[in-house]
Amino acid sequence: MRSPVGLVARYAGLFGIQLRMSSLAAMQYRVDFVTRGLIAFLWSALTLIPLLVVFGVRQKFAGWSFGEALIVTGWFTLLRAVLEGAVSPSLTAVVEHVRKGTLDFVLLKPADAQFLVSTAKFEPWRVVDAVGALAIFGYAFAKLGRWPSFAQVLASLLFLGLAILILYSIWILVVSAAFWVVKVDNLSYLFGSLFDVGRWPIDVLRGVWRGTLILMFTVVFPVALMTTYPALALLGRLDLRTAMLALGGGIVFAIIARRVWRRALAMYTSASS
Amino acid sequence: MATDLARAVKAFPTLMRVGVAEVVAYRAEFLVWILTTNMPLVMLALWHAVAAEGPVGRFDQAQFTAYFVGVLVVRLATGNWMAWQMSMEIRDGTLSAKLLRPIHPIYSYAADHLSAVPMRIAAASPIVVGLIATSWARLLRHDPRLGLIFAASLAGAWLLMFFSMVLLGALAFYVDSAMGVFELWMGVYGIFSGYLIPLEVLPGWVAKPASVLPFRFLLAYPVETLVGLLSPGQALRQLGVQWLYVAVIGVLALRVWRAGVRRYAAFGG
Repeated sequence: MRSPVGLVARYAGLFGIQLRMSSLAAMQYRVDFVTRGLIAFLWSALTLIPLLVVFGVRQKFAGWSFGEALIVTGWFTLLRAVLEGAVSPSLTAVVEHVRKGTLDFVLLKPADAQFLVSTAKFEPWRVVDAVGALAIFGYAFAKLGRWPSFAQVLASLLFLGLAILILYSIWILVVSAAFWVVKVDNLSYLFGSLFDVGRWPIDVLRGVWRGTLILMFTVVFPVALMTTYPALALLGRLDLRTAMLALGGGIVFAIIARRVWRRALAMYTSASS
Repeated sequence: MATDLARAVKAFPTLMRVGVAEVVAYRAEFLVWILTTNMPLVMLALWHAVAAEGPVGRFDQAQFTAYFVGVLVVRLATGNWMAWQMSMEIRDGTLSAKLLRPIHPIYSYAADHLSAVPMRIAAASPIVVGLIATSWARLLRHDPRLGLIFAASLAGAWLLMFFSMVLLGALAFYVDSAMGVFELWMGVYGIFSGYLIPLEVLPGWVAKPASVLPFRFLLAYPVETLVGLLSPGQALRQLGVQWLYVAVIGVLALRVWRAGVRRYAAFGG
């Protein structure tokens, strides 16, 4: 058996190759690359309008000021870039593989199938969104008139890792559903529409059904962990206990997703031949 | 042209039956599609929180409830994702089969989406009940004239949505990244149709263009009529504008479609 270090090195190498393949494919369509980047930029700008309108009416609401709420939007934009650029393109391809039976070719390769399918496709032009997110952060902190401390940045980066892990895990769960019900493309739209909730600080839902909705978006479909909590961490408003709980919860979530994927893969009975 | 129409009229009942059967066969999927329309509820929660400290213009908490539940009802009744379907069919060549049929593809698209309307209304019915329960006093100002105008505006909104989708979908004849354009369209629609924010609440620099652009007539106008924000006179005048837009966008969509089909070179077999 290979040593753990060798294993990591091998997968890192594979990751690099997959990323390069996607970039090369994207660079072939340069006009497309530019237009899609431009569209992504305009889209992000449009999503800021509701925020501007709300804070045009009120100085502060649900306990958030304009600058603070902007930071949540920044995280949302960043995560959306990760989701649309790195997570969902590959995993949408898996659904196609399952439907057509071409997953056989992936399973035959001598590497972990979950790794291979998860890194199959990237959309590099989503980088525009990530840059937009950084601009939003910059503007928000300028507005707040203070900058986060090093520890706060570190904590929020930890939460970014956690958020990506959760995002990916939920996607793996959705994709695993494809082994049972085959057609899941609309599940991915449902996912997208629920993810949109993350654009707002989760406290705006506080008044609905005595906070049941908040519980749902923190535990069942943890959008709050993905955008509100990292923002709180960056603002230094998150206490250690909540942070630890959130991290633990995220890791449990990922383990469950991996288990379900293994289960689903065992069910797979090729479609062709 | 006349025989074309006669043929379509004859085939329409069958097309509708096929469409209904399809919707029933994929009911689980259909339900998931319906569930993706949850944004108005999130916006309702948000604006409720904002209005807790006092009304925003004419909008207090109860008015926001009526408005956004109304948005949900109108959106569910008139929603349409045909652009996505069209651009897929253009790209993978499924359209070729439709072009071979002795009936214009637009008719079969229309039948497809019209046949989903009963199911959509069924799905929206619990929300209609919710609307009546929460905002009965405001609905249509209890004025039968507004009731008639609302029915006409709903039909207008459906047609306007349908033709906008044909127009957008036909873009796939010309550009490869039509999907990106759809995304952008959805973003613009979200702001200018009143889907996310009642148009009255918008600041002037967005509200002005929103009042003349066609987006308003897809959603905000029927909703405002429904929840009693418009007087019969205002509603009637806007009905005229709405149907004018239906005619203009309808003609434009069919032109673009026709020119597109000419340059269509089917992929695959």
